[in-house]
Amino acid sequence: MEYSNKVMDHFANPRNVGELEDANAVGQVGNLKCGDIMKIYMKIEDDIIKDISFKTFGCGAAIATSSMATEMVKGKTIQEALKLTNSAVVEALEGLPPAKVHCSVLAEEAIKAALADYYKGKGIDPTPIIGCTGDCAHCHGEHH
Amino acid sequence: MDKRFVYADNAATTPVAAEVLSKMLPYFTGEFGNPSAGFYSLGQRAKAAIEEARQQVANVIGAEAKEIIFTGSGTEADNMALRGFMHSKQAKGRRRLITSAIEHHAILHTADALKEEGFNVVVLPVDNYGVVKLDALENAINEDTALVSIMTANNEIGTVQPLREIADICHKKGVFFHTDAVQAFGHIPINVKELGIDMLSLSGHKINAPKGVGALYVRSGIALQSYITGGGQEKGRRSGTENVAGIVALGEAARLKGENMEREMAYVGSLSKRLQEKVLERIPQCALTGHPENRLPGNSSFVFAAIEGETLIMDLNLAGICAATGSACSTASLDPSHVLMSIGLSHERAHGSLRLTLDVMNTEDDVDYIVENLEKILERRRKMSPVWEE
Ligand SMILES: Cc1ncc(COP(=O)(O)O)c(C=O)c1O
Repeated sequence: MEYSNKVMDHFANPRNVGELEDANAVGQVGNLKCGDIMKIYMKIEDDIIKDISFKTFGCGAAIATSSMATEMVKGKTIQEALKLTNSAVVEALEGLPPAKVHCSVLAEEAIKAALADYYKGKGIDPTPIIGCTGDCAHCHGEHH
Repeated sequence: MDKRFVYADNAATTPVAAEVLSKMLPYFTGEFGNPSAGFYSLGQRAKAAIEEARQQVANVIGAEAKEIIFTGSGTEADNMALRGFMHSKQAKGRRRLITSAIEHHAILHTADALKEEGFNVVVLPVDNYGVVKLDALENAINEDTALVSIMTANNEIGTVQPLREIADICHKKGVFFHTDAVQAFGHIPINVKELGIDMLSLSGHKINAPKGVGALYVRSGIALQSYITGGGQEKGRRSGTENVAGIVALGEAARLKGENMEREMAYVGSLSKRLQEKVLERIPQCALTGHPENRLPGNSSFVFAAIEGETLIMDLNLAGICAATGSACSTASLDPSHVLMSIGLSHERAHGSLRLTLDVMNTEDDVDYIVENLEKILERRRKMSPVWEE
């Protein structure tokens, strides 16, 4: 698998790794059978993502996309974070091999899942705001 | 330990040995004759070189030189055996081909193609160690069965099959037996006459000869349908001007492997044992895959919990170590390797697979360097994994 230098950098030295002790938004997508799970922790204050971290089980691209996606929404407002698309993550990573594009989809879904969790925590139904937060039990075939 | 380069993917391919290279080089330049040009000595010498190589290959498996057909790869030898036999008169119109679930794709995809043509293909299951179920084999052989093809040793998990028992069952039932010995040839003793093997595939690049040369042993008396037709080389069984240098290299590599086999098996086996013991002792939540004893001397294959194989390979590469995995992320499909699935591993377990294949070039320091790095990598990456539980 040929990865860009950016992917290799985020794989070798992932940013924002681990759990956030005081997270008030946590989202997890993917499943073990498919071989990728991403879990995102956020600390949100005044609608701003003050801090963020992740834990990922998956291939090199899964780790790199998690790292990049967390970098891209850190310090952003919820509204800005909701606009993050998988293709923006791919672009920021200077491309992904076609078979790995699903990892970027998972990263986008993981961010949305964490934000949905934040709304749920506040008693707000996230579905009208966020829509499907992925984690639809099937594997990532259709993203190939 | 200082950073080093460790090649631990010898099941994928091996480097050309110095002796092999020096023996083959003249056939590119001074000794460039066409073996079919028998009227002058340049051509005669090329022909003689091929015949010497044929004898050298035959010697390693207890065959006769005339029973060896040189091919362009192990894959071609597999294709030749399966297609050539099923389409031959020898098959007597019988339509069933029996193979196993853990074969290399050179066999499985060829069997698929034969199935498309209307042949009846039965794929036998294996046990948790990857050993073909002999009762299933016995039950699968019917009146319509022409050929059984079961690999000598598996490329992913290293399991060696009980060839003699398999051959005995085949012959008792009057069917022919082919084995893909690409991983085993030159690494473990195989005697086709003693074992009762009718056809055997082998490849140069797994034994320190170059890529792109292989051979098929075909027991004398068996006439395969030729499917590369032309100038009638290899007694009409495989036309095309011979890859003289490659064939010379294969012969020389086979000779060296045959002569040094006992010593190399002991050495490589001890390296693998050291590796397996250290990994299993130092790294929590991991297991050896494949048969605990009946396995290739150089193969150590593992599964690690809570980590994905590609991550391991990439981190090992950053540490200068070449290794392989059968995880889904390493394959083009969504599924982990068919071999890992066939031995009953769950998707979850199979995602964390790692194959380290050692050979004569490796040292104890290589092993220790691998273990040291593997330990570090797993500790670091498992901390990043949402599914890791101590
Ligand atoms: C068991 C087995 N069969 C066949 C092959 C194919 O051999 P070649 O690479 O020479 O085509 C390989 C090589 O990976 C193998 O391991």
